[in-house]
Amino acid sequence: MNKILIIIQREYLSRVMNKRFLLTTILTPLIMVGFIAGAAFLASTDKELHKIAVIDQNGFFKGNLRNASDIEFEFPTDVDTSNYSKKGFTDIIIIPKFEGTAKAEYIIRSKKRIGLSLESKIEDRINDAIEDQMLQQAGIDRAQLDSIKSSSQFAEMKSLEESGDSVKESSAALSYGIGFGSGMLIYITMFIYGAMVMRGVMEEKTNRIAEVMISSAKPFQLMMGKIIGIGAVGLTQFFVWILLIFGIIAASQFFIPQDVLQQVAELQKANAQMGPGASMAQAGETAQKLYKFQNTMSTANWPLIIGCFIFYFLGGYLFYASLFAAVGSVVNEDPQDAQSLMLPITMPIIFSFIIMSRAVEDPSTSMATWASIIPFSSPMVMMARIAYGVPGTVPYWQLAASMLTLIGSFLLTTWLSGKVYRTGILMYGKKVGWKEIGKWAFRKN
Amino acid sequence: MSAILELTNLRKHYATQKAVDDISFSIEQGSIFGLLGPNGAGKTTLLRMITGIFYPDSGHIQFDGKTFDPLNDIIKIGYMPEERGLYKKMKIGEQAMYLAQLKGLSKAEAMHKIKFWFKKLEMESWWNKKVEDLSKGMSQKLQFVTTVLHEPKLIILDEPFSGLDPLNANLIKEEIYGLAKRGSTVIFSTHRMEQVEEICDHIVLVNLGKKILDGTVHNIKQQFKENKFSIKLNELPGTLSAPAFNIMNVNNNELTLQINEGFKSNDILTHFLNNQCTIESFHEILPTLNEIFISQVEGTHATARAFQKIDN
Repeated sequence: MNKILIIIQREYLSRVMNKRFLLTTILTPLIMVGFIAGAAFLASTDKELHKIAVIDQNGFFKGNLRNASDIEFEFPTDVDTSNYSKKGFTDIIIIPKFEGTAKAEYIIRSKKRIGLSLESKIEDRINDAIEDQMLQQAGIDRAQLDSIKSSSQFAEMKSLEESGDSVKESSAALSYGIGFGSGMLIYITMFIYGAMVMRGVMEEKTNRIAEVMISSAKPFQLMMGKIIGIGAVGLTQFFVWILLIFGIIAASQFFIPQDVLQQVAELQKANAQMGPGASMAQAGETAQKLYKFQNTMSTANWPLIIGCFIFYFLGGYLFYASLFAAVGSVVNEDPQDAQSLMLPITMPIIFSFIIMSRAVEDPSTSMATWASIIPFSSPMVMMARIAYGVPGTVPYWQLAASMLTLIGSFLLTTWLSGKVYRTGILMYGKKVGWKEIGKWAFRKN
Repeated sequence: MSAILELTNLRKHYATQKAVDDISFSIEQGSIFGLLGPNGAGKTTLLRMITGIFYPDSGHIQFDGKTFDPLNDIIKIGYMPEERGLYKKMKIGEQAMYLAQLKGLSKAEAMHKIKFWFKKLEMESWWNKKVEDLSKGMSQKLQFVTTVLHEPKLIILDEPFSGLDPLNANLIKEEIYGLAKRGSTVIFSTHRMEQVEEICDHIVLVNLGKKILDGTVHNIKQQFKENKFSIKLNELPGTLSAPAFNIMNVNNNELTLQINEGFKSNDILTHFLNNQCTIESFHEILPTLNEIFISQVEGTHATARAFQKIDN
């Protein structure tokens, strides 16, 4: 067997056959979902009821202030600021007399501090009540106004993207989501797996196994084996996550009632013929939402996005991992050296992330275009732009230029890093500066 | 016998020193060869060139009858560097397996040989242990096994006994003899002279990047002998001095003598026999390698060599 394959195999298996890997891979998404669900659950249940005494000097709020799940307004007559808590109220509001249309300060007193959201909720309620009062005075019925408001929301944006002769539906929100999500994922993985490569190299160096290994395999084989092996670990992790997501989606299908699915199917059929307009009204609310969701998801060019994601993940990873490997080989036992040597590598990654988060909002600026071609930032920034469509937002030539530069660059960084690695891995007890690293990288043979 | 390794005018210069400066020697197939030298003499650099880790700046290495080709020849070499290391988190069996496969053994072959060696060195129960659980001596044994597992033609051991107790050191020593007997050549790098004297057939001493001694242990001792003899008599005679020798030391009835130019050992015996002495023992005092080493290296500022500026 080829040596590099043996090395890849070890690097891969020693990480994947690890209990910790299995746990983090499977548990990370579950924990994330759990956190979100847990936070939502807590937010919905853990509410303290505020019983608020209203001292109204105008006399029209009574019956006009609407209660909420956590707010209860009452209008007792025998309560003032000195005894409200004894009478069982949590807060007391004193509403001053109206004087024209000038803004007035309403004072709310409580024993316990009230939160920002509660405060603004109470404010809204009071303003609503005043609005009602004013409408009434102007002779407008509240119910009528509401029905006009809700039935007047006709406009629903549907953007179509022209590419040559065909017109395609597109969704800016979805593009944003995909662009930001994949850019973010590449950002995180570059750090996680880059650092994993660096730690692996440092382990080999500090454990003094490097010399044993190098008398069996070429340094370049050792470095590439490690980089590819860890890259494969990353791909495995993605693969497991994708499986988990599909599993969850498939499982959730069972919880959707049959008639809703049927309505969705009808909507799809109707859409194919003449647009969903008519049957949309008949379908239930859930069916409509589901149909819209499916419809939005289908506007993205998934094979292209997934293909590009894998390419840019691997390209970006290879580009940066070899640099991380070179740093790992130079570092001595002192982890603080690693920190300072890593900085020039982590800075461009962080910058790329910043550019990416701008590009995902406006993918056609010249900044975004250039950053998506320059290899330091292209993996993240290009993914942010690709989500908006190829060749609409990203012309083919840009995509090709970006991919080719990335391939060329990672070959170059790997080659240079290989030379630094070869020297660094056997160098002990000496603190190495950038000047010397540069000398190693550009030395002949 | 043919030479397995022939070095010709090997040179390797670093920025601040000539680590290896024009060294040539050859090593016979099946011999146990000692590469000696003080710290920083250039031994490790020399070994790294022989193992293909470094390329020489100039010079030629002939391995097994052909020009040394690091890429293909390293599987015929087993190298145990002085700085030893193993993957701490890896299981011992898997570790041995991994290193064996990197040396070109198939899985089945590797398994067979690992089992053989583990049994021989009583390491069978270690298979599923992790390296971090081993003591220093134990991991040394494992390191030795991984070095010789693929039955390399050339085995290079840098300080193989450091950290081993006498029992295990003997065990490894026996294996080294066994390997040499089966045709492997062993290069043995150390500065423990008593071990060299005991084990090696042939030695080379390097200092300051240059070879200063080369020969069999026997020849080198002959070369540096100072014609000293020790003689033990049952009673000292009246007159001790004679033209044939100088007396170096008297300890009870035991004398240390040095023969003068133009005389032979028999002249000493004749002298004492003529004086009616009973000779209890008589033998030549050869210098130990340790003494030779010290006499050759001392005063060369070998220890202060690093970080000197050189101008080529």
